[in-house]
Amino acid sequence: MSLWVDQYRPRALDDLHYHQGLSARLKSLAASGDFPHMLFYGPSGAGKKTRITCTLRQLFGPGVEKLKIDQRVFLSPSKRKIEVNIVQSNFHIEITPSEAGNYDRVVIQELLKEIAQTQQVDLNAKQRFKVVIINEADSLSRDAQAALRRTMEKYMSNMRIILCANSTSRLIAPIKSRCLLMRVAAPNEDEMQTVLAHVAKRAYFDLPPEAAQEIIKDSGGNLRKAILVLEALKMQSPDLTGPLSIAKPDWETYCQKVAGLIVTEQTPARVMEIRAKFYELLSHCIPPTVILKTVAEAVVSQVDETLKAEIMHWAAFYEVRMRIGSKKIYHLEAWVVKVMSLYKQSFYQFDISEFE
Amino acid sequence: MAFFQPKSTSAKTTQKHVVDPALQPWVEKYRPKTIDDVSAQEHTVAVLQKTLTSTNLPHMLFYGPPGTGKTSTILALSRQLFGPDNFRNRVLELNASDERGISIVRDKIKNFARQTPRAQAVASDGKEYPCPPYKIIILDEADSMTQDAQGALRRIMETYARITRFCLVCNYVTRIIEPLASRCSKFRFTPLDSTSSTSRLAYIANAENINVDAPTIDALISTSSGDLRRAITYLQSASRLSSSTNPPTPVTPTDIQEIAGVVPDQVVNSFAAVLGIEMEGAMAVDEPPKVTQKGFEPIQKKVKELMREGYSATQLLTQLHDLIVLHPILNAREKSKCALVLAEADKALCDGADEELWILEVALRVHKAVSP
Repeated sequence: MSLWVDQYRPRALDDLHYHQGLSARLKSLAASGDFPHMLFYGPSGAGKKTRITCTLRQLFGPGVEKLKIDQRVFLSPSKRKIEVNIVQSNFHIEITPSEAGNYDRVVIQELLKEIAQTQQVDLNAKQRFKVVIINEADSLSRDAQAALRRTMEKYMSNMRIILCANSTSRLIAPIKSRCLLMRVAAPNEDEMQTVLAHVAKRAYFDLPPEAAQEIIKDSGGNLRKAILVLEALKMQSPDLTGPLSIAKPDWETYCQKVAGLIVTEQTPARVMEIRAKFYELLSHCIPPTVILKTVAEAVVSQVDETLKAEIMHWAAFYEVRMRIGSKKIYHLEAWVVKVMSLYKQSFYQFDISEFE
Repeated sequence: MAFFQPKSTSAKTTQKHVVDPALQPWVEKYRPKTIDDVSAQEHTVAVLQKTLTSTNLPHMLFYGPPGTGKTSTILALSRQLFGPDNFRNRVLELNASDERGISIVRDKIKNFARQTPRAQAVASDGKEYPCPPYKIIILDEADSMTQDAQGALRRIMETYARITRFCLVCNYVTRIIEPLASRCSKFRFTPLDSTSSTSRLAYIANAENINVDAPTIDALISTSSGDLRRAITYLQSASRLSSSTNPPTPVTPTDIQEIAGVVPDQVVNSFAAVLGIEMEGAMAVDEPPKVTQKGFEPIQKKVKELMREGYSATQLLTQLHDLIVLHPILNAREKSKCALVLAEADKALCDGADEELWILEVALRVHKAVSP
């Protein structure tokens, strides 16, 4: 049995619940035979991937759902072996180049050229071209993106590329100008309500509106998260009535705790304590940016109005340092110490003005 | 003889890999065939015209922003020099999608450079081509070549200068090492002015039988900022969208903006309003000025909302920048403070920083800068 998220994922463009305008566009583009390269972008859980698979189905028919997983080995210029998992059907191929790390350029060059130079042999295929889906396109290195440039123009007759990214900021301009941009915004509350109700109906139970509201508020526009939470809640209490307690993920409560520690006491000893907690979080593979953001938001909600802007400023400052630097924990700690000193300063000033 | 000509060309097109012209990107389809067709760039075209008649060519370095016709110019020039039949064995085109490490420079480029050009084949289309006795190597996107690879080119360029000419094409001339740059005559390509873009876009629209009015072309030009390729791609995408709906609708400026990923003006304006930047448009409307709550909470809420909509952070910053710089009421000091913040944020985003954090940072600091 699969998760509800997968089980009730819409398969065709007509089944999609929101962004009807976008669906209509995709449908007409798929029908026109003149399908461009595309770039889907939007926050996670908004339905980018779902829309891509629906479009593929519209293009090629149900054949695209027969997937097989391949492992391919590429050779880097320095003769190192890079293993990449590839999901493919007869009509499309899907890669996540970030798996290859620094050598994503090699993977892109080899794979795309190979596909681009072979024509579709199946005479019954609806389209002459194959589709290449590149996931997490915003984590492609500059080199890999540059390698895409000319390939996209040259082999247009045999291949179309669909890029899937969270934001377009990290894509170079030449790529953006070669694609048709498709913005998939997160669904609003009403849209999420309909989707949740639909899932509930398919799973044969009634979803009380209060429960739905609660779930939507918690998910923050991420539909995948909302459906996962719904399923979890259903497992806990089958009738979904009474006060619901949406369990926060462990790491989130942990981050809240760290924020509490920062606000209550500002001493070197406390910093040591927080360091231990940060290591714990990092060793559980929570991305450092997420840690910093969550803790910063939690701290901001507990401090005085004048300090808020400062704290966010330093969070942004140390976040970018974290990207450039190599050891994440240094920058997380630096931020904590900075916040502590700011907090203490403002606190004492306040005290002194009281006494005067 | 003339009787045979049409037949021979048709035989050629069948054996060649044929691309259905309807499916071809317009950028390729309407690439200039001769250097006279190249839009704008009068100076460069005039110089290159001379070389056509004298058939002597220096090593060349083309640089300029994307979409200004660098690759088109050199392709058109070599096509005019050699004609379609000699083109293949006289011109080597390498770009960033090909492996271009030092080993390729040493093997492929050197081997091609040292070959003595073969005798001129008889042009099959009956035209006369100058076909000078040298080959051309085009290194497209040369600024993405490594320093070492560029270094390896130095001597090759000199040794085989008699039989091979190099043409380096790049966006940033500073990324080309000095010894290479000094061996080439440099041509700077300037961003296209709006009149030549307009005429080219109108020509394409005409050739493709689509209806575009003046405001749409203006929208195309303003969103593409001098990059003709981008303008053409947007035009093609827009016409695809509009022609695929039933019944076909004409292309509108809003279509263009949606395709270009531009954040709608209302969204930017409302963002600016939350930041405490007064909009002159809001004053004119006679409804009572909304007392927008100011401070940390509303700004944070607004930023979260923007991020949920999925707008690109860099695009948002660009538009916010335009709004602030052209703002009538803000004084110079406030504007420069904002500019400083925006510059920092742009750098951070280029380094791959988190978008939400930085938009929030920009928002907070702009708010601080403009509030008295």
